[in-house]
Amino acid sequence: MLRRWSVMLPVLIFFVLVGFFYWRIVMMERGDMPNMIPSAMIDKPAPEFDLPPLLLEKAGLKTADLQGQVTLVNFFASWCIPCRVEHPLLTQLAGRVRLVGIVYKDKPEDARAWLSRLGDPYKALAQDRDGRVGIDFGVYGVPESYLIGKDGRIRFKQVGPFTPEDISNKLVPLLAELQK
Amino acid sequence: MIAETGQFALILALLVALVQGTIPMIGAARGDRAWMDLARPAAFAQFALVALAFAALTTCYVTSDFSVLNVVQNSHTDKPMIYKISGVWGNHEGSMLLWVFILAIYGMAVAAAGGNLPPALRARALAVQALIAVGFILFILTTSNPFTRIDPAPFNGNGLNPLLQDPGLAFHPPFLYLGYVGFSMAFSFAIAALIEGRVDAAWARWVRPWTLVAWCSLTLGIGLGSWWAYYTLGWGGWWYWDPVENASFMPWLAGTALLHSSIVVEKRDTLKAWSILLAIVAFSLSLLGTFLVRSGVLTSVHSFASDPARGVFVLGLLVLVTGGSLTLFAFRANQLKGGGLFAPLSREGSLLLNNVLMSTAAGTVLLGTLYPLFADALNLGKVSVGPPFFNAVFLPLMVPMVVTMGIGPLLQWKRGDLAGALGRLKLAFIAALLVAVGTWLVAGGSSGPLWAAGGLAIAAWLFVGTLVELAARIRLGRGPLGDALERLGQLPRSAWGMTITHASLAMVIVGITGSTAWKSEHIQVMRPGETVNVAGYEVTLQGTEDNIRGPNYSALRATFIARKGGDLVAVMKPEKRMYTQPPRPTTDAAIHTNLLGDLYVVIGDPDGSGGFVTRLYYNPLVPWIFMGAVFMVIGGLVSLTDRRYRVGAPLRTARAAAAAARG
Amino acid sequence: MISRRLTTASFWFLAVLLLSLSWPVLAVQPDEILKDPVLEGRARVLSKELRCLVCQNQSIDDSDADLARDLRVLLRQRLKAGDSDQQARQYLVDRYGDYVLLNPPFKGGTIVLWVGPAVLLGLALLAAFLFLRRRAAGQTMVEAAAQPLSEQEQRRLDALLKDDKTP
Repeated sequence: MLRRWSVMLPVLIFFVLVGFFYWRIVMMERGDMPNMIPSAMIDKPAPEFDLPPLLLEKAGLKTADLQGQVTLVNFFASWCIPCRVEHPLLTQLAGRVRLVGIVYKDKPEDARAWLSRLGDPYKALAQDRDGRVGIDFGVYGVPESYLIGKDGRIRFKQVGPFTPEDISNKLVPLLAELQK
Repeated sequence: MIAETGQFALILALLVALVQGTIPMIGAARGDRAWMDLARPAAFAQFALVALAFAALTTCYVTSDFSVLNVVQNSHTDKPMIYKISGVWGNHEGSMLLWVFILAIYGMAVAAAGGNLPPALRARALAVQALIAVGFILFILTTSNPFTRIDPAPFNGNGLNPLLQDPGLAFHPPFLYLGYVGFSMAFSFAIAALIEGRVDAAWARWVRPWTLVAWCSLTLGIGLGSWWAYYTLGWGGWWYWDPVENASFMPWLAGTALLHSSIVVEKRDTLKAWSILLAIVAFSLSLLGTFLVRSGVLTSVHSFASDPARGVFVLGLLVLVTGGSLTLFAFRANQLKGGGLFAPLSREGSLLLNNVLMSTAAGTVLLGTLYPLFADALNLGKVSVGPPFFNAVFLPLMVPMVVTMGIGPLLQWKRGDLAGALGRLKLAFIAALLVAVGTWLVAGGSSGPLWAAGGLAIAAWLFVGTLVELAARIRLGRGPLGDALERLGQLPRSAWGMTITHASLAMVIVGITGSTAWKSEHIQVMRPGETVNVAGYEVTLQGTEDNIRGPNYSALRATFIARKGGDLVAVMKPEKRMYTQPPRPTTDAAIHTNLLGDLYVVIGDPDGSGGFVTRLYYNPLVPWIFMGAVFMVIGGLVSLTDRRYRVGAPLRTARAAAAAARG
Repeated sequence: MISRRLTTASFWFLAVLLLSLSWPVLAVQPDEILKDPVLEGRARVLSKELRCLVCQNQSIDDSDADLARDLRVLLRQRLKAGDSDQQARQYLVDRYGDYVLLNPPFKGGTIVLWVGPAVLLGLALLAAFLFLRRRAAGQTMVEAAAQPLSEQEQRRLDALLKDDKTP
């Protein structure tokens, strides 16, 4: 009896494994890669920071600036190719949410040139030259974007460039809820 | 034209494989000899066609035919010839073709050497072999065709990842695949046996050489990969518990278990269903490795560019091959009735314990490798399972394993005398104790961790225990020395094989222990003329030369002089290379070995004021790991030449049969 | 820093094999090393257990990625500021989650991982035990049925055994 049952065991275990693999592949086709890490900062207050401005005419950014209204903090750099892909989408988004930028590990002159070429949709621009504030946010590559609620807490993190689907499926519903 | 010839040959091979996979199977079920015998010529034809396809792709690489996309993506005219050739399998598509080629080689080998096999068993095994080929050739033709043309052809190619432009890695994949695919033989025989519902000593004897070939190749492949990592990655590590490494290690563990359990099948006619299961599992784990590496479901340092579509295909193959065979196993395993009986304390008992520990080890590696995937799927968060986990769980399994390896071979079949065996092992016990105390006195305390004494002691136990077993076998000291030596000369090769492999494992353990416990590392900025002391060596940076031209790279080369007590030991020239296509840097460490340890020197970036970042390591006993692996392979090969595999299978008849089949 | 592009299509652009293969690295740089050998020793041990987030399966100690370097420097600053090993580790876990730990902590989500090997071993031993017991039960039956060898059989057996020893 036991033997009859135990010879079934390998095939059962195998098909459970196959189920897991299949799930992973389906998730990958939806763009969820195994090396994407969910943010450990969700629902936590944005970290304490005070970064200098990138441009003379535009303010830098500090933690207090993130209070009171919904803000999208975008980490980007001029050396980052996907950031360029993302840029037009962010420009569109700028009308719907307060968009601020943090230039991550970049030379200020390169970042300025990049913005003057592609346009500057940001309400505020700060520079994080040594990437330390990035680490405090949990950045592990650029671009990354953090949606911060009126209470100054991080509500959503986008790893990698936004796609139009990401914006309409994830960001817009969340924005509607947070901006209430 | 050549690419099209290759593709056409591959399509023909698919058709032949379809015939080979069905007709002989039906023939065996009906008892139709003519249908069964079709398997042999089909296997030869399949080999010839796949070989033609492989030769075609190789020709495209050798002649740098940039109208073939695969060549464009992975080759460059400046590449040295050896890396043009190794570029054939240095990419996903080409490596799959190599996979199928090796499968065809094994198929042909069975057809050629299997003259003494019962016709039905041979027909079924070759048919299963062909069905696997059908799956993989289809995979190549539909998702991973290496013969795809590109128009217009670019002027030159993208080149091969410079890390792969290395002799160690050039030959790592072929051996690895010889191992992976080699397990398909044991698998095919297992399926054939399940269909027949009969497993006996003769079956075990037929399967064993193929398993040994696969095991030796896999051992060599893993060893080469590890050696490559050791000398190219630039910090002297040799094993990282990366998913891809684990993917090769799991079939190795299962294959090792199979080698041991099949001894019990052969000698004692029991553990049959278990051995069949191991044969299925060993090959399935090879396939699983292929799936993991090519689908991208796990994050690994060295996976191929991953593609979910390919992942789905390989997963489908896995379901057919493994799911099908395990289902067959579930239905048929109960028909395999065991014969020989044995007490827990016996040779069989110790081999069973080996199997318990080996399969637990394989299961543990599987669990650790896939756990991030499980946790993610079950919403338990993203976790990383790294070397600390594997080291922590693997060690407790290996210690009882090695202890058993000392005792087991000294136990008799059926019912062993443990007290007697332990009595004989007194010498091994004393040796272990002496080594432990000696290590602790010489290198314990401040200069190394205490566990290192344990590691060396257990290696001493295994080594001396293995020699004690050899002495017992030839009854050394119990009669005239001459008689013992005569018996030594008459020992079967398989006994020698065991002695050599077990002793080599002791060597590997010494290497692992020593390199982990007493590695010394010095990272600093050095200016020409400066000297740093590394583990008793005075290492002087004599100077550097910039812009050394290689065939497809330029290099910064440093010259170090290593002295010991003022005497010149070695002149070492590590390089930091920048490849032109693709433009990537590599480091070429300089290693001076005295077989007891390696002095390992790496040159880094200039600091801008005349100095250079240098990394100097002394890796004690590391060579023992790689030498141990080589001796293990030699042990396996010696065992392969055992007389009993040749008895009843004289080479002459096999050759005649092969000639007949060809003619 | 590796910028990322994670769409399915982009994998085709990455069709150069082994692109993500770890580069031969000159991980820890001399200017990062702390003067205090005890602190530096702690930092090395810690950084071997922390995952480099951008470079797949490497520790930050092994990686030459920019972020890995930042994290190594940060780690050393924390230790210098008086953090315990646990505090320094927690600092990164707070920001990046458990994913950053190569040695997964023993807690709810990893119980199966840590207990699994012991359970596997237990099951394997149990299976072996049941196998032996069942066989032993069979053995008594076989023995009861077995007749002692006749003198002639015994002689034949001895002859066979003797034959067997000379290869």
